[in-house]
Amino acid sequence: MNSLDLITKLLAATLAMGTSLTYATLGEVFTEKSGVLNLGLEGTMLMGALSGFAVTFHTQSLMLGVIIAMLTGGLFSLIHAFLTISLRSNQVVTGLSITMFGTGLANFLGKRLGPVENNLNLVGLNLAAKFENIQIPLLHKIPVIGAFFDVSILTYLLYILLPLSWYFMYKTKHGLTLRSVGEAPRTAAAMGINVNKTRYIYTVLGGFFAGVGGAALSLSFTPSWNDSMTGGIGWIAIALVIFSAWNPARVAIGTLVFGGITSLQFFLQAAGFKMVIPVQFLAIAPYFITVVTLIIMTINSIKNKGSFASPSALGTPFAIDEK
Amino acid sequence: MEKTLVVEMKNITKRFPGVVANEDVTLQLHKGEVLALLGENGAGKSTLMNMLVGLYRPDEGEIYVNGKHVIINSPQDSMALGIGMIHQEFMLVGNLTVAENIILGLKDLPTVPPISEINEKIIELSKKYDLKVDPTRLVETLTVGEQQRVEILKLLYRGADILILDEPTAVLTPKESQELNKILKKMLSEGKSAIFITHKMIEVLEFSETLMVLRKGKCVGIKPTASIKELSEIANLMVGRPVLFELEKGPFKPGKVRVELKNVSVNSKTHTRKTLDSISFTIRSGEILGIAGVAGNGQQPLSEVITGLMRVNSGSIIIDGEDYTNKTPLQIIKAGVSHIPADRGRMGIVGDMSVGENLSMKKYRTQELSNHHMINKSKVRQFASNLIQKFVIKTPTQFTSAKFLSGGNIQKTILAREINSCKGILIAVYPSRGLDVGAIESVRQNIIAQRDRGSAVLLVSEELDELRTVCDRIAVMFEGRIMDIMDAQDASTEKIGLLMAGVERSEECDS
Repeated sequence: MNSLDLITKLLAATLAMGTSLTYATLGEVFTEKSGVLNLGLEGTMLMGALSGFAVTFHTQSLMLGVIIAMLTGGLFSLIHAFLTISLRSNQVVTGLSITMFGTGLANFLGKRLGPVENNLNLVGLNLAAKFENIQIPLLHKIPVIGAFFDVSILTYLLYILLPLSWYFMYKTKHGLTLRSVGEAPRTAAAMGINVNKTRYIYTVLGGFFAGVGGAALSLSFTPSWNDSMTGGIGWIAIALVIFSAWNPARVAIGTLVFGGITSLQFFLQAAGFKMVIPVQFLAIAPYFITVVTLIIMTINSIKNKGSFASPSALGTPFAIDEK
Repeated sequence: MEKTLVVEMKNITKRFPGVVANEDVTLQLHKGEVLALLGENGAGKSTLMNMLVGLYRPDEGEIYVNGKHVIINSPQDSMALGIGMIHQEFMLVGNLTVAENIILGLKDLPTVPPISEINEKIIELSKKYDLKVDPTRLVETLTVGEQQRVEILKLLYRGADILILDEPTAVLTPKESQELNKILKKMLSEGKSAIFITHKMIEVLEFSETLMVLRKGKCVGIKPTASIKELSEIANLMVGRPVLFELEKGPFKPGKVRVELKNVSVNSKTHTRKTLDSISFTIRSGEILGIAGVAGNGQQPLSEVITGLMRVNSGSIIIDGEDYTNKTPLQIIKAGVSHIPADRGRMGIVGDMSVGENLSMKKYRTQELSNHHMINKSKVRQFASNLIQKFVIKTPTQFTSAKFLSGGNIQKTILAREINSCKGILIAVYPSRGLDVGAIESVRQNIIAQRDRGSAVLLVSEELDELRTVCDRIAVMFEGRIMDIMDAQDASTEKIGLLMAGVERSEECDS
């Protein structure tokens, strides 16, 4: 295997790995841009992964699985939205509770929704079909770049969604509304914008994306169900939102870098690459590098502008009669 | 000529839990006219206006616009009626461009707004009204004066012809206020009308045709401005009793130097220009040094370096002959410095703690209130009730959370604590900002009493009247520098105004 092949393979693995991460990150960018921090992402994704897998297993329909996963994600975010926007509860505490609730519920249902033959357990079952890679004729044969044209439908969809999201956020009036609500909600309200309705919409939208992100794992990347199979992707996504500076255009860069590190680690392990560094260290590498990158970015932004480009009202509930 | 009525609010009542914000208020605005709305803080001016722009809804009463009965449920309803408001805190989004701010929330905007067309329209409008501003710039990079122009443009762009301005001159230099006056006049000549909220009485005379005074939510007087002969007439209406304009002040007998700053500089984290640029002055005992300037020109950092809250990059701060440069706040408190901070809610009190606890916050470490690490509760109670009586703090009990007090009484609480613990040096930053006439009077009288007792006082203020009546000497700050220091009796409004705007910098700084 020549090195060009190796890079192409690595890129292919990165794209497969990064798909789920990109959906979750993109969704969270929308949510946070409206001023709502949803730390329930990990639990929401896991519920998406479980519901998608369970539905597809019983109905044999991948499309139905993805749609149900999306709706489940939306429903979970709706809980978050109701608690934090309508009841004005603390967003951090609520988000953490949603993650714990989602993780627990998904793992529990994973042992209840399976077929009778498997003791109602979904663990260890295979799907009749998964989201297969679709090759674009000719294009997929180009070395390295070809990897972009040999991916599943869920990844192709991202090629449209990412630029579309950027255009939506920075060029349309809806994007303007979204940005103003997260930045200066009182101002937005004075301009006749319904702040809480806007926040509901984008929190639920973020949940839709998280649900699909979960399904991308259980229906495409590792087509199976395992307890806590998201394995922290939800948390990485939250870090990547900061990495991308709340800009959809930069989400892909972040997910490619982090997806790349993760798949490189798998590659090296699989190749039996004996190193001085133990395998366990490689496994923590993506998380470790997340921390390091965030430290560097924070220091840089302090040096350059004085503040992170975070939405100013992120994490604060809103009511017009309160100053 | 019969004047046409553009806005009529009839018998408006608005209640909030526990308070009646407006009671049976009737307001009339005629075409081409400015109505000045006056009143102390909490008199219900903003509440009344917020009902006109649809942020609140009246509990009782009716609103008529251009003779038609209307129900205004949201800001969009009021915009459709041609009503626009410039709020006291600007309603702008910092990281959006000027153009984006101007079109924000417009209903008939296409999904993808044609930004270059919009920019052109804004430039056209800004030429017409002489409101210079670049539509492509980010709002956070604009000066306060420019931001206000954006606010005005926003109303013009929306075609508002009933303008509500909530204390629009509070953040402007005298020159910028004059420009605003001109723009306003131009807009009025085109048949627009305006309601002008303020508590600066001089502006009422300059800007308005009619004035209306609110007190405790009720209308206590509507008069043509031309009929006003003395400012005290308006002040008396606002407060409901005669107000002292002359403060009792002993003769100026400066003693020895208590505080000395030598070439104090602080580098800025975000700008190349220094936050404080080579500041030198002295304050003697029995003297009040006033710091004038438009907010944000280094006054707050100046107070923070003296109280130890901000580090100095070069220069030295000497208190009673000893070097206190970059010492901790506690060391500086022990040296005898008391501090009345600008942001009283966040730095002056702990809102969730009781009034009594807040009062004892500077003394609880001492033998006076505690013993062997244990706070002596009965001593604290006695101490607090003494101060509450002495400074006439209006609080239900000393166990009430401080955040439930009015702004004036919160300030009195801070004043009581700081003056009680003061050992001869007092740093007061905007002590009367946002207070009503009655409270302002008491704050100023207390500060003068300190000086008469021999304290060295630094008073940062943006009210020229306050500086001229209270201070002995006045220093004017602009962009982190001291432009000039002069005796208070030599300081004319024009002279200070020009220095505040950064012109006519005197060659030598008095030190």
